[in-house]
Amino acid sequence: MRSGVMRVPQEKDADYLALAARHRPPTPVWRNAVRAFVVGGGVCVVGQLVTDFFEVHGQTATRAASPTAVVMVGLGALFTGLGLYDRLVQAGGMGGALPISGFANAMVAPAMEYRREGLVLGVGAKLFTVAGPVLAYGLGSAFLVGVVRLVVGS
Amino acid sequence: MISDLLIAFGVGGALCVLAQLVVDVGRITAAHVMVLFVVLGALTGGLGWYGPLVKWAGAGATVPLPGFGYTMVEGIDRATQTEGVLGLLTGGLTAAAGGIKAAVVFSLAAALVFNPRA
Repeated sequence: MRSGVMRVPQEKDADYLALAARHRPPTPVWRNAVRAFVVGGGVCVVGQLVTDFFEVHGQTATRAASPTAVVMVGLGALFTGLGLYDRLVQAGGMGGALPISGFANAMVAPAMEYRREGLVLGVGAKLFTVAGPVLAYGLGSAFLVGVVRLVVGS
Repeated sequence: MISDLLIAFGVGGALCVLAQLVVDVGRITAAHVMVLFVVLGALTGGLGWYGPLVKWAGAGATVPLPGFGYTMVEGIDRATQTEGVLGLLTGGLTAAAGGIKAAVVFSLAAALVFNPRA
């Protein structure tokens, strides 16, 4: 018997989901897309300038990609520490998050936030909140692709 | 030089728009999309599609996260040619080593040096 007890809405409840959907503010899809384009494109232009710098200093286009990643990651970590990269992500959404500087942001931001939980389980563990899954599935899928290529190629 | 920058802007921006649309329309978190796009970079790299994009768009293709997955796949390809099957395990991390090590060291330093704002 459940009479008299007020039912607490459940996450899976169809009525509740419909109600929640009606009250959710509409996502400004177009505005978000334009912002992601401008911010993401801007970050990649910085990356291209860094790549050009390494090419001018004797790297081939292929070999310039690795030091470029290093510089972009460094910039992402630095500006996250200064509290500026989070603003870029707020403004540009995935335009700030998808570049590799956003990968550094996803490492530094939770590590800073959980610092009070200690250097090991706070900083050390939270560094990999997003980086862990990205590396696990990136390396995992690259492994599978490598296996297929090896089998198909031989 | 200027056209290189414009192409990097357009292609990098377009990849970010795609990711933003997956977030907004698919209603999944940014972290899920970051994982998804690294995997997509590895898959399209394996199919031979991402390589030409990198050649054409430079940092517009290498700086966004799919470029990370592509780098791992290419590294495995190079390593298996010289080391055989062992290359499956060494190639991905070797190629991505610069970015990963930089991310860990710089992020650790930043998290220790800077204080979060309240």
